[in-house]
Amino acid sequence: MYLVQFLVLSSILFCIGVYGVLARRNAVLVLMSIELILNSVNINLIAFGAFNGAAIPAEVFALFIIAVAAAEVGVGLALVLTIYRNSKSIDLHQVDLLKG
Amino acid sequence: MNTTYLAVEAGDLAVEASGFFLENVWIIPAIMAVSFAIILGAGKRMPKGGSEIGIAAVGVCFILALLTAGQWVGQVNAAEACTPETCDYVKYGTDEDGEPGYVANKSVGADHSDDHSEEGDHSDEDDDHSDEGAFPVDAGAGSSDGESASGFTAFVDAEEGSTAAAPIAVISERTWWSNGGIDFTVGTMVDGLTVTLLVVVTLVSLLVHIYSTDYVAGDRRFTHYFGFLSLFTAAMLFFVTSANVLQMIVGWELVGVCSFALIGHWWEEQPNSDAALKAFLTNRVGDMGLLIGMIILFFASNEKWGIVDINAAAINGSTSHTLLLIASLCLLAAVMSKSGQFFLHTWLPDAMAGPTPVSALIHAATMVVAGVYLIARMYGVFFNGLSIAGSSINALAVIGAVTTLVGASLAFVQDDIKKVLAYSTISQLGYMTLALGVGAWTAAVFHLTTHALFKACLFLGAGSVSHAVHSFDMKKDMGGMREFMPTTYKTFLIGSIALAGLPPLAGFWSKDEILAGTGGWGFWEGESHANGAYTVMLVMGMITAAMTAAYMTRVMYLTFFGEFRGGHHDDHGHAAADAHDDHAHHGDPHESGPRILWPLRILAGLAVVAGLMNLPKGFLGLPSGITLRFEHFVEPLSATGYFPKISHADPSWSLAIFSTLVVAFAVGVAYYYYFVRVNAQSPSATELINGPTARNKLLKAGHTMLKNRYYLDHIYDSGEPVGAAGATAMGVIFGSAAGLTLGFSLDNGLDQNFWPSAIWGLVLGLTVFTIVTAALRTGVGIATATKRPLANAANWVHENIIDATVDEVGKNSVKTADALYKYIDQGVIDGSVNAAGRGSQGAGGELRRWSTGQVQQYATVMFAGATLLAGLLIIVI
Repeated sequence: MYLVQFLVLSSILFCIGVYGVLARRNAVLVLMSIELILNSVNINLIAFGAFNGAAIPAEVFALFIIAVAAAEVGVGLALVLTIYRNSKSIDLHQVDLLKG
Repeated sequence: MNTTYLAVEAGDLAVEASGFFLENVWIIPAIMAVSFAIILGAGKRMPKGGSEIGIAAVGVCFILALLTAGQWVGQVNAAEACTPETCDYVKYGTDEDGEPGYVANKSVGADHSDDHSEEGDHSDEDDDHSDEGAFPVDAGAGSSDGESASGFTAFVDAEEGSTAAAPIAVISERTWWSNGGIDFTVGTMVDGLTVTLLVVVTLVSLLVHIYSTDYVAGDRRFTHYFGFLSLFTAAMLFFVTSANVLQMIVGWELVGVCSFALIGHWWEEQPNSDAALKAFLTNRVGDMGLLIGMIILFFASNEKWGIVDINAAAINGSTSHTLLLIASLCLLAAVMSKSGQFFLHTWLPDAMAGPTPVSALIHAATMVVAGVYLIARMYGVFFNGLSIAGSSINALAVIGAVTTLVGASLAFVQDDIKKVLAYSTISQLGYMTLALGVGAWTAAVFHLTTHALFKACLFLGAGSVSHAVHSFDMKKDMGGMREFMPTTYKTFLIGSIALAGLPPLAGFWSKDEILAGTGGWGFWEGESHANGAYTVMLVMGMITAAMTAAYMTRVMYLTFFGEFRGGHHDDHGHAAADAHDDHAHHGDPHESGPRILWPLRILAGLAVVAGLMNLPKGFLGLPSGITLRFEHFVEPLSATGYFPKISHADPSWSLAIFSTLVVAFAVGVAYYYYFVRVNAQSPSATELINGPTARNKLLKAGHTMLKNRYYLDHIYDSGEPVGAAGATAMGVIFGSAAGLTLGFSLDNGLDQNFWPSAIWGLVLGLTVFTIVTAALRTGVGIATATKRPLANAANWVHENIIDATVDEVGKNSVKTADALYKYIDQGVIDGSVNAAGRGSQGAGGELRRWSTGQVQQYATVMFAGATLLAGLLIIVI
């Protein structure tokens, strides 16, 4: 096994995630794309951990990230719900309250 | 015999003194100088016009002066209790570097040989010790003869037998600058004489300040007046605390300038500004003497400016006697002008043009006292320069004696109450000079003190009267004042009695000491002479005492008795009345207010008791702790090195009784003439219609001469109508008198034969007198001739240069300000502010297009940035 295979996988996942975040209009899909980015990072961490034999197992960080991601999704979905209640839509292009 | 007295007289040991107030006495003049600055700067905005600052400052100074005096008394007592174990004795000598100064006195408590090894450097005094049988004595404890207070080995003068020590003057000075190896120092010197003057000056000044708040109330230059009072006091305090002669010169001139400003306080009237000018010019003549004398002393004393050094050099004989004689004659010229000694006294009566409180200050505590203080301070120079000891005549004594007679005789013919007092001051200053001239140093300083008190009382009393009648003319506007002004009357009476010298008031004690100090009385009794037998001075002093009593009786009658002669005209127009225009009613005169009366009461009270400060030795069997206190605390001992060894006259009951009888007789004659004869003629009369001067041609001529003030002003002032014959005659007489005086003192000083030196002196005197007269005439002539052109020129300069400059500066300021507004304010400052505003606006408009509110767009930019940074990171690393 080679490290680069894991890195390529995580890069692909990261790019897909970034694309989702920047391009999708649906807020829920944007949140899902963020999950993809986080998971690509998890893969990275675990791969590096396995190949370098770190003192602290890399899985700990992955677990931390999963926990934080769960909380983040919770907050994110709550926001999406509130946006939906206010504007009857979760299309991010229509949410432009910050427009100067 | 009593121990203390002998100890003071012997005075062979000296110790250093110290104390906070003694070392930091500069604070006192500094407070007054600051007060002057504050009054000038902020006085006009104060509720009481700055007077409160002056009073507060001088009050603080008075308290500080008392503390200083107290500390000095403590130091004298401490020195007396000295033993070699507790004190380090010092004496004036030369240290290892050959530099003169105070060094440890090794002859005390050390072995004998030490003393001999250094003998060459020491003063005569030390030689006396070894020659006249000074020997180490181990005096037993509790020895009853006063040989020694406690058991220790010391050199004791076998004849005088004492071991009492005296404190030397406390000198604190620092170098101001050095040039050519000579240090120019500034500092203070405090000893008994200084603290006496400090207390007298601050006390009189304080009372004059309080008095003035009423007297010059409403004056247009009220603040200016109080400012100069402060400066005047500061100058005098600076003068008396000087540690070197340079500072003395500065203080001397400052006092002169302040008196000029205050005499000419009401300068709008010609006579007042003339009087101020006259005082100033006359003093310039003497100041030349001061400068020349001080410069001679500087070189004579091995290039030293310090008072102690100069005196010490004069005393221990390292200075040429001829130089000392010339220097002391030069200084005498300064004293003659400053202290109003004959024949430069003519400015003093004219100085009455100033406000009365100022006259009191000038005559009691500041200006004229400066001259006497100068002699007292530089006494080593005068004592040795004029060979006062063991003589019977010298220039100082003759000048004093002539002055005292001239002043007293002129006081008789004055109608102006202040002028009587002015001539009386001249006369009393003559007394002090006489006393110094015969070696009665303490008597002179004591008389200075008592005179300050009662003369201030008299002047302020005269001011109080004039405050009520708006005039100083006794014959026209006064008379019977005792009914209107009972308090003023009582205090004036006390002052008069004190001045006349009737026991037991202050004047009696000091006058009697001076008369005893002449040593002339011994002529009849064969007692021990003091420093010489000045019989002539005794006779002249006695005549003056009689005249003083008589003219004060005259003043008392003309002012306070008889019938009130004033109140009939309202347009007096006298200078002093200017300040009182707000007094609307001109009815009967009324008593002055409390701010005038309380200073009078205080001064009168002091005039009664001040004489007790220096009761004669053994008076009524009083112990030594009570008699001669003033002498004990004020007079420096010869052990201090800067004071000559003077001996003291024994007090004499017969002399005291005789002089009292003389005074009483004079009062009686004057009383008979005025209170009986004149009053019988008419209660409002001032002279007998057919009096002695009307009946006797010789008396009439004498009266005319006195009325013309011995024609001195005619000689000096080319502007006065000259009675040519009279002026010439008086000139010759005065010149001869001055010449003979010089002749005597030359004879005395140089041990020449009498007649050659008298003739030389005559020639010299006539020459000097002619030169002085010519100088004065020229000075007055120049002043008179140039006053108007000078004023015009000054006016032209004012109009065309100063005003024009100010105008030009103003115009240019306006132009500059215009340009500043136009280019700097409007262009640069406003422009930049506007540009900043516009810039912000534009930037805002531009940037607002960037904030679309699209979160994903922001995220894109963020990612792009992050990517860019990541790329950079990779490239850099």
